[in-house]
Amino acid sequence: MTSPEVLLRVDRLVKHFPITRGILIQRQIGAVHAVDDVSFVIYKGETLGLVGESGCGKSTTGRTILQLYRPTSGSVFFEGRDLAKLSGEELRKTRRRMQMIFQDPYASLNPRMTVGEIIGEPMLIHNTYSGKARQERVEYLLKMVGLSPAFANRYPHEFSGGQRQRIGVARALALEPSLIVCDEPISALDVSIQAQVVNLLEDLQRELGLTYLFIAHDLSMVRHISNRVAVMYLGIIAELADRLELYENPLHPYTQALLSAVPIPDPIAEEKRQRIILQGDVPSPVNPPSGCRFRTRCPIAQAICAEVKPEFREVKPHHWVACHMV
Amino acid sequence: MTAQLKLDAKASAAGGQPLTQKGESLWKDALRRLIRNRAAVIGGIMILILYFFAIFAGVLAPYSYEKQTLTDQNKVPQWLINVFPTMKPYAQVSENYLMGADYVGRDLFSRIVYGARVSLTVALIGPFISLLIGVTYGSISGFFGGRVDNIMMRLVDVLYAFPSLLFIILLMAFFRSTFSKPDPGTFSYALSQADARLGGMLFIFIGIGLTAWETMARLTRGQVLSVREKEFIEAARTIGATNWRIMFRHILPNIVGPLVVAETLAIPGYISTEAFLSFIGLGVNPPTPSWGAMISDGAQVVRTYPNQTLFPALALAITMFAFNFLGDGLRDALDPRLRGTQ
Repeated sequence: MTSPEVLLRVDRLVKHFPITRGILIQRQIGAVHAVDDVSFVIYKGETLGLVGESGCGKSTTGRTILQLYRPTSGSVFFEGRDLAKLSGEELRKTRRRMQMIFQDPYASLNPRMTVGEIIGEPMLIHNTYSGKARQERVEYLLKMVGLSPAFANRYPHEFSGGQRQRIGVARALALEPSLIVCDEPISALDVSIQAQVVNLLEDLQRELGLTYLFIAHDLSMVRHISNRVAVMYLGIIAELADRLELYENPLHPYTQALLSAVPIPDPIAEEKRQRIILQGDVPSPVNPPSGCRFRTRCPIAQAICAEVKPEFREVKPHHWVACHMV
Repeated sequence: MTAQLKLDAKASAAGGQPLTQKGESLWKDALRRLIRNRAAVIGGIMILILYFFAIFAGVLAPYSYEKQTLTDQNKVPQWLINVFPTMKPYAQVSENYLMGADYVGRDLFSRIVYGARVSLTVALIGPFISLLIGVTYGSISGFFGGRVDNIMMRLVDVLYAFPSLLFIILLMAFFRSTFSKPDPGTFSYALSQADARLGGMLFIFIGIGLTAWETMARLTRGQVLSVREKEFIEAARTIGATNWRIMFRHILPNIVGPLVVAETLAIPGYISTEAFLSFIGLGVNPPTPSWGAMISDGAQVVRTYPNQTLFPALALAITMFAFNFLGDGLRDALDPRLRGTQ
């Protein structure tokens, strides 16, 4: 991608969830450091994969970008505006340009609304299409995601998981957004359906020029769909690089361990695969380790790792790592 | 997609191509299951019949509920003597009264028919007040959460700890005291007047309303809390829905089921509260007929004329059963966890 245009710039984003105690008077006794000082950019038209194990803050990052959670500090620049500073009506209007596809297709559709109402609701709220035009657009969107327009009057519980996820995609497309945050859109689906939905997302990206933030924990799926990949660990980004660079030449010890866990669909190569097994568990995000977050489990940790927080720096062109040892 | 192809194939096999397919909403599905539930249907029909009696009491009752015929005191028809042979030595027979006459010669059947008005009005007003206050209070508490929720719910806890029956009794005693009548022109005077005009029903409504909403508020809050965390609420936020829209379009339709069930099952409680208050003399004012007051009157002569207690008690029991059956049926029909069973 040469001289790409930046669509979204996340700058030192922090999201802490307070932990309180007390019945009437609540005192804050700590905080879950879900996202801690994360910065990255997303270029127009690309897919940025965001991977990491569960609880590392991937979803929180996505939701904080969309302002479903308000950030504790930091900024999110989207199409020239700092979303973190918007509120109320202004924010509601800006939501048109960025949408989300959810993980659980069974929980993300209101069971009391018809498919047509679900897909038409964004257009109703933002008054972009009304009456007959809206109905036609609902049918158009259904066709676009590979469903029959005749489904508009049916209810979500009459559909399978894959079909429901397509309905969720159609809803996200209704407002013609430029950015779509896909929060593990395929992890709740059968493997056979996963490929269909991913292909649909790719086709739509090509046709509509969409930009995706693709959150997942399936490394091979992320490799397939992403242009660049960011690896998260315990609320920070450990490494961010172009897809091939990251998979072929991982620099951060966490990325190396993560990639070594991916099985290879070739029995001979699989025989020789060396797994890097990390010791211990992920530390609690309530009380994260000092210095480098990964040092407690890092096979190459040194004294400096406990003292100084490693800077997230560009060690090679387009290859960013947060590690002292690189 | 294969599913789509299959559907298209089905459509063409049927000879036409229906452009829209009508889906089945969860409400329709629940209604179908409700209709299949025999007990619930019987309960529902019984309730309709009871309301029919209450509304057309003026036409259906052979006598007025207050007309006393002092020469007919405690008279019973022959069929009751056959049922209760112990009455034979002393009972005076009169075929004018289907279920007999009471201690001042009023027709028992007519009073039971008119008495349905009180019980069934309570069955309407009780849910109305408790839903109005309880659902509003509970949804605000659950929706905004945090500190607001905390304070609102502690208030309910405090009110809940207060014995509601005692509260109602105090209310009645205060407003109906013959020793300290409120001065004309004051608010309490206006309330007392309105109560007297409604035959004593106003304070029953106020008493039930003031206490019954607490349970409803708790239930609503819990339901709102659980639905609020669903992904489709987040989805509604991302498409820019306002709080109002989320509340009325996304949360409320998804919690109406449990609320309706809880409220229907609470109705027998309201009816029995009214009957109890009337029984102890704090309910409706005589001569307004109420089943509870009639049971109370009949209890004085229960050994000699059991019919005077039996019939109002039966009417009360049937009504409460009917609402319970309907409530149970609604619960089975609306509770998604029971889907597919039975």
